[in-house]
Amino acid sequence: MNPTESGYFGEFGGRYVPELLMPPVLELTRAVQEIVPSEGFQAELKAALRDYVGRPSALYRCPNISKDLGLNLWLKREDLNHTGAHKINNCIGQALLTRMMGKPRMIAETGAGQHGVATATAAAMLGLECVVYMGAVDVERQAHNVRRMQLLGATVVAVQSGTKTLKDAINVALKDWIANQRTTHYCIGSVVGPHPFPQLVRDFQAVIGQEALEQFAARNMGGLPDAVVACVGGGSNAMGMFHAFVPHESVRLIGVEAAGSGEPGCWHSATLTKGTLGVFQGVRTKLLQTADGQIDPSHSIAPGLDYPGVGPEHAFLQSAGRAEYVCLNDDRALNGFFTLCRREGIIPALESSHAVGWVLDNPGLLPKGGHVVVCLSGRGDKDMGIVEDVLARQGGEGK
Amino acid sequence: MGRESRLTERIKAANAAGRMAVVPYLPFGYPDRARFWAEFEAMDAAGADVIEIGVPFSDPVADGPVIEEAVNKVLEDGVTLAEIIAGLRTRAGTVRAGVVLMGYVNPFMQYGWERLADDAAAAGVHGFIIPDMPFEESGEVRGILGARGLDLIPLVGLNTSPERLAMYADGATGFAYFVSVLGTTGARESLPEEIFERLALARKAFSVPVALGFGIGAPEQARRFLGLADAVIIGSALVKHVGAGGSAKAFLEPFLK
Ligand SMILES: Cc1ncc(COP(=O)(O)O)c(C=O)c1O
Repeated sequence: MNPTESGYFGEFGGRYVPELLMPPVLELTRAVQEIVPSEGFQAELKAALRDYVGRPSALYRCPNISKDLGLNLWLKREDLNHTGAHKINNCIGQALLTRMMGKPRMIAETGAGQHGVATATAAAMLGLECVVYMGAVDVERQAHNVRRMQLLGATVVAVQSGTKTLKDAINVALKDWIANQRTTHYCIGSVVGPHPFPQLVRDFQAVIGQEALEQFAARNMGGLPDAVVACVGGGSNAMGMFHAFVPHESVRLIGVEAAGSGEPGCWHSATLTKGTLGVFQGVRTKLLQTADGQIDPSHSIAPGLDYPGVGPEHAFLQSAGRAEYVCLNDDRALNGFFTLCRREGIIPALESSHAVGWVLDNPGLLPKGGHVVVCLSGRGDKDMGIVEDVLARQGGEGK
Repeated sequence: MGRESRLTERIKAANAAGRMAVVPYLPFGYPDRARFWAEFEAMDAAGADVIEIGVPFSDPVADGPVIEEAVNKVLEDGVTLAEIIAGLRTRAGTVRAGVVLMGYVNPFMQYGWERLADDAAAAGVHGFIIPDMPFEESGEVRGILGARGLDLIPLVGLNTSPERLAMYADGATGFAYFVSVLGTTGARESLPEEIFERLALARKAFSVPVALGFGIGAPEQARRFLGLADAVIIGSALVKHVGAGGSAKAFLEPFLK
């Protein structure tokens, strides 16, 4: 479904930005309508996704876990993309758009560093100047990705304000965009922010679900899976996975959020499962907030899920009953991580491990012998530091 | 609209006295609750024409580092919107200045717009400035505030087109806020040259007075806009001064001459 002209999916969405940002937001809205559908843009995007990103990504049936669970677990292998996550699908699209809008500079926020790396990559490929804002806490826990961005020619700015994580990086990126709108495009990393970003990013990520739908049908006599499952931070890999399946009502759409440590009162990132309606960073959606409307800090072992807001289309799909949202604790996500490593020889990102971990914990909620497609949004190399810390604390090797 | 807005009236009275109106901004509870109210009363007594009270929000995207830091501090002290309104209610009828609440959408929305409008009007508030609510999102709120005689102050700037100026000008009450830079709040040594031309366009578009804000820190700087703007808003520079232990009254006096 597409949002209304003012960017609403039901009661969610909109454009809650300072007037100073309305001109670039409206300029982008026009570019999305005029440039993106054009033949020239689509041809260049398609070629870049094929030759540079390496699409289509594989749809892989996990032989061992499928046997363990008594159902067919399929992985949509976004971890195999160039730069190791789904983020590049969106960045290539937005970088092409930046160039076609005639802007020489692209900025981005990043949490895990995956979106920053993907933006820096696309900027290098197209010869754009690139600045990436990253919370100081994330700079520390994802140091390896900081060095990758720098190698790719991007300037990484450590954000010291607020909670020093993803949301604060977005605040600073929005401020940069206000000041430098004439030369700069803000390449936002998820289906969040003011209209048209939720729609724009979804449309660039929709290739995930479109391919998965076709690949699954080709190998299952034209059939559909029983469910598709994806982790939800801001919600871009999930929206990209869900979009093509939304009209196929028999397919359950399941989004998995991060429940944090799971201790009572802990910080978490389960915005759809536990949040309330509000306005934050340009959009009316569900949020983690106090009764007074202050934004709560979020937390997850997966830095890319650590965000107190969520894309408005997810809030809409939830309210309409079309998609279900669940959450998973850090330690159950780690179980997903270790199990996929050991049983299938695939090291997943901790974000994606939430989707895998939820399926491992809940085979009873899925039809016996049925088919489940999980979006494996990224690979786990970036998470080695976090995982090693966990192992050191446990004094074991993971199981 | 029948009676002229109190905010318009205050600014015009200053202009009639041959000066630009002076509109100081302080975040509620800064540097602490007691000092805030003391400074509020002192600014009113010193002749501030309109006083803007900042309603703290955890993620102030339109504010620069000085205000952001001040807001973080008061949020640690646990200030709330309800407390601001309660404090104003006890002073209702005693304040000479026009009173405006400046804050982001979310804390207002959680309070509830209808309840906010009722309580704010009863507490002697005259208007609201909501930087993350552009025209397109403001219809419902403008209606609710307007029904209680409260002004929703439009913010426009260097990049606001004539079409968008006209949209904001149509039905505007109180005053219009002209943002002097493409950026966030914060005192600046120099302001962009195009400001004169853009400000003149805005002044022509609006029938209500136009206040200039963002970046104004010194009386000489403000004086350059005499005859071009009807009021100046003084934010970050004042916040810094008060944060360092200075008195708001002393800071404002040269602007009020
Ligand atoms: C591998 C991976 N998966 C998922 C996410 C979460 O983002 P989204 O919910 O937008 O897909 C991230 C964010 O950094 C990521 O790096």
